[in-house]
Amino acid sequence: MSDFAVELRDIVKVFPTPEGGQVNAVDHVTIQIKHGEFFSLLGPSGCGKTTSLRLMAGFEWPTSGEVYIDGKLMEHTPPYLRPVNTVFQSYALFQHMTVSQNVAFGLEMEKVQKAEIARRVNEALEMVKLGGMGRRKPKQLSGGQQQRVALARALVKRPKVLLLDEPLGALDLKLRKEMQLELKALQNKVGITFIYVTHDQEEALTMSDRIAVMSKGKALHIGLPVEIYERPNCRFVADFIGETNFLTGMVKKVSKKAVTVFLPILSTEINGIGHGEFSVGQNVAVSIRPEKIRLADDDGKPVNDLKGTENLLHGKVIATAYIGSDTRVDLSLGNDIRMRAWEQNDISTLDPEAYYADGDAVRIYIPVENTLVLPEDVS
Amino acid sequence: MITAEISEKTIHRFSLKKALRESPVAQGLFLMGPTNTYLIIFMVIPLILVTALSFLSRGTYGEVVYKFSIENYVRLFDPLYAKILGYSLLVGLLTTVFSLVIGYPMAYYIARAPARQRSLLLFLILLPFWTNFIIRIYAWIMILRSSGFLNSFLQWIGIIHEPLNILYTPTAVLIGMVYEFLPFMVLPLYTSLEKIENAQLEAAADLGAPPWKAFLRVTLPLSVPGMIAGTILVFIPAMGMFVVPDLMGGAKTILIGNVIRNQFLTARDWPFGAAASMLLMVLTMVFTLYYTRKAGFGEELLI
Repeated sequence: MSDFAVELRDIVKVFPTPEGGQVNAVDHVTIQIKHGEFFSLLGPSGCGKTTSLRLMAGFEWPTSGEVYIDGKLMEHTPPYLRPVNTVFQSYALFQHMTVSQNVAFGLEMEKVQKAEIARRVNEALEMVKLGGMGRRKPKQLSGGQQQRVALARALVKRPKVLLLDEPLGALDLKLRKEMQLELKALQNKVGITFIYVTHDQEEALTMSDRIAVMSKGKALHIGLPVEIYERPNCRFVADFIGETNFLTGMVKKVSKKAVTVFLPILSTEINGIGHGEFSVGQNVAVSIRPEKIRLADDDGKPVNDLKGTENLLHGKVIATAYIGSDTRVDLSLGNDIRMRAWEQNDISTLDPEAYYADGDAVRIYIPVENTLVLPEDVS
Repeated sequence: MITAEISEKTIHRFSLKKALRESPVAQGLFLMGPTNTYLIIFMVIPLILVTALSFLSRGTYGEVVYKFSIENYVRLFDPLYAKILGYSLLVGLLTTVFSLVIGYPMAYYIARAPARQRSLLLFLILLPFWTNFIIRIYAWIMILRSSGFLNSFLQWIGIIHEPLNILYTPTAVLIGMVYEFLPFMVLPLYTSLEKIENAQLEAAADLGAPPWKAFLRVTLPLSVPGMIAGTILVFIPAMGMFVVPDLMGGAKTILIGNVIRNQFLTARDWPFGAAASMLLMVLTMVFTLYYTRKAGFGEELLI
């Protein structure tokens, strides 16, 4: 057994554009996916995530680079000989076959014995909670049920790797949330490597062991969900995952513990932690998640007790929105610089005075470890 | 006062506007009006006339005698006509089969071609309709006759030394018929094949089906509606065709269509011609109904 279930080595896939040009749908992507992993390819539409998946399935051939599945080079292996199965975004169920025939199709291609096919088809349908639906046609099922058939059809083959191309995209929000948990539970049960394409960051964070965030054909950041959220390696990733505030500035000092950034528009300095190497004078973006910000009333007196672990900025409340679990506060830092802070509502008072009002002057505390200094240009 | 109220309620004044607004039946009748009028005048009434005519008999000078008789139908069971009918059925079937065999790869190719080429190819399929059918048949005669293009070409490249005798044989009739009806097979097949999503074929490949198996298990079954529609569109008119056998079959090939035409135009035996028409119609209908039932018309077509 090889170390990786699927490995993409420096893959480039070039497509012609309708205007006669060329576009790198996948641009020097290297990804290593471990056995039994739930791995997500996450990114906006057109980022190359689906093309990457199709390269693994064998529906597209790389312009350069190699695809390995279970350690074997897939240079000339057509899709029907690859040990992977796909759940398509449109499900692609065979409309002229019943549910059972759909699920049996892959086993018939393997020339599995009839009795064995019947047994495994039933087993697979039970697994996706569609026992007794075998005689229906796909058109007679709801969207969620069709989705389960597609899943059963792929899983019944016991593939080494299951490829899922936005499988929940067509479902409504409630069903989607249910299926997310079910899919994750199913993956734990069958122990198969799942490679999951999605544009929904919340979905990726909920389900994945690891995530590759893609943009414009490149895999920008590959890591654990917590790493991608807390320590994104570039501006795009910080922006795409969750909400964040960006301040732009210039590196003034680099020390072991922190990177000091001068923010010209606020004429102040801020300390943060950097990802990678920085040189003095380099343009950078500073990302601050709204829930990491702590606000306090500003009485105008200078603050002396500021420890080295926090940054302090000053601002004014311009709007607040109470959303139950927290209050979302829009702040103006002057010079048209806006910031958003989410203050958790941990006090149970109905007194409006307890919350910030528009125009209040506030101190904005930001922990240094949550002040992320990121290269301005995506590399 | 009370009587006035009642009378106002009970007097039901018909308003077309109101009916069209509120009643689906009225809307349906209104929209189908032109079609129904046309069909009644040009199909239902003539059909009734032909049916009635087929039970009358012919006078000495070719006039219609208004006397009920089933003589015409009895005459149809003459072995001579049975043979012609059987032969027509065979030619109709062969035309359908050849159209299907030639048309399927064609439709498949067009359906799989890039979108821009597709409209050009479809245009080429329809292009022959821009010229008169008779002229196109004469073109075929030019090609097939002993000193025609085909024979000259084959002799020139040295495959044959004596000209082939194709024109005025059943083969020529078949060639002409398949030529004429091919578009009617290709178009519905194309519609069916074009509807098959690429993802369906990818799914088949993904599940382990090599291309030929994916074709047999997915493409072919999904194109059945097109095959049924194409078969019907070719078979029915092929059964009644008389121009092609007339021009390309010489005197040797007589189909039921020729018999009917001759009864009306040459023999002036309208009642017998009407009876033969009825027989052809009933046979075609029975055949088509049986075929569509067998091939799974209905639910399968609703894919």
